[in-house]
Amino acid sequence: MAIRTKTDRENPFLQKVTQQRWLLPLVSLFLFLGIWQLLYTLLGLPAFILPSPAMVWTKFLEVFRNGIWWHNTSYTLLELALGLFFGSVIASILGYILSKTPVLEKLASPFLVGSQSVPVVAIAPLIIIWFGPGLFSKVLICALTVFFPVLVNVLVGMRQVSQDLRELMDSFKASKWQILRHLEIPASLPILLGGLRVGATLSVIGAIVGELVGSDRGLGYLINLGRGQYDTALVFVAVFSLIFLAASLYSIVLFLERRALKWQTWQET
Amino acid sequence: MNSSPENSLVVQNLKVSFEEKDGMLQVLENVSFSIQKNAFACLIGPSGSGKSTLLRTLAGLIPYESGSIEFPEVHGRKARTGLVFQKANLMSWRTLAENIALPLELANFSREEIDKTVKEMVELTGLQGFENSWPHELSGGMAQRVAIARSLVQDPDILFLDEPFGSLDELTRERMSEELLRIWNEKRKTILMVTHSISEAVFLADRVLVLSGFPQGIVLDLPINLPRPRDEKIRYSPEFAQAAATLHDHLKF
Repeated sequence: MAIRTKTDRENPFLQKVTQQRWLLPLVSLFLFLGIWQLLYTLLGLPAFILPSPAMVWTKFLEVFRNGIWWHNTSYTLLELALGLFFGSVIASILGYILSKTPVLEKLASPFLVGSQSVPVVAIAPLIIIWFGPGLFSKVLICALTVFFPVLVNVLVGMRQVSQDLRELMDSFKASKWQILRHLEIPASLPILLGGLRVGATLSVIGAIVGELVGSDRGLGYLINLGRGQYDTALVFVAVFSLIFLAASLYSIVLFLERRALKWQTWQET
Repeated sequence: MNSSPENSLVVQNLKVSFEEKDGMLQVLENVSFSIQKNAFACLIGPSGSGKSTLLRTLAGLIPYESGSIEFPEVHGRKARTGLVFQKANLMSWRTLAENIALPLELANFSREEIDKTVKEMVELTGLQGFENSWPHELSGGMAQRVAIARSLVQDPDILFLDEPFGSLDELTRERMSEELLRIWNEKRKTILMVTHSISEAVFLADRVLVLSGFPQGIVLDLPINLPRPRDEKIRYSPEFAQAAATLHDHLKF
């Protein structure tokens, strides 16, 4: 006869704490702020080396009120949105074409392998030199960063579409378009979104590097500006905004992934 | 070609071969047979004899080299075919009802027609209450019921089944066989089913075709004259044993 024993899992307090998904991240955030404040007080460094959390918050409110924050954040956001959109759409279409034409795929494979080993960030300065410091070069950098992870994942996803299901679609005399819509897209979507998730976070880095190399607007520009004026609090504001942007992007893609995989939600409940 | 009007399928001198790296691989040759309208026929043969290939060729998935496959018209229109695979082949991102609806969606039926037909098929196959389940929540037998329901939504005149119960356990298999007989009785279709089980073939079929490997073709066409409706007890009758023994003699494993 089986005997149920009381374990940690049945501790009502722990259960409540772990059920609140926002509670633990909040605790870690307060811990981080506390340690920061402690370091500031103990080390007594000048504000241009390490500002206090309060000083950074004040700075944020200042640039938020006078519009500087949104002026720059919206620009980076625009670069990311355009770059992610065009990068992933073009990569998906090209990935589909490559997966259907093995000759082209073999032709492209050295570039695909190469792209995995050279971060796009490394060629960001080149792109700025060629296309100038405007919006286009940053969008291009973002698009390129997201392009290769998505392209590779589309190829992998298409290869993983079950041969049995292809035969099933054939038995219904489905057209190429119907096979794409009812089989290939839904079957490879989870893998594609996985690539997009990786690409989205990387593309934030791409955008910032582009702005650091040459720009007169954006969060990267704000970092440069703060550094030049020894306004370290401003640098902190820009960095935290970046973290927020990257985390939001990640969450959006994660949300899309959950939606696409709603048939698996039983694992969570 | 003068195929008799009661026939639902006429195959003559069918030849199928696959292209391989070093030449052609002959799979089927001299395959000729016909199946009467509304008959339940089983196709049996040693593994490697090309049973599945034959079925896939009939269903139009594999091209054939020579010979002919004829589906006489039904009520003045082209005959429709349906195919059930050994694996249920359900789409994991579609619910049970959506999986059954797939062929109708592909054929651009209206939403109302789809809903009506799916509901009817769910009832026919005893899947009520599971319409919104996901495939991973279904047992093997349930999944195969969905596959059968899906093959029936387009109201095919002739249904091809490729070892549909091959991956199920013995008990589920017997239950599903009876279910299939009930559906066949209710819907009156022509059925051609590939199986490797002699007793399954004798229990279900009006006729059992024995396919021998290349180049012999169909080596035996055995009528099974057991009374219908058949239930489990018939498996222990001397006629059943007689038919099974005859089939066994013609299968050289």
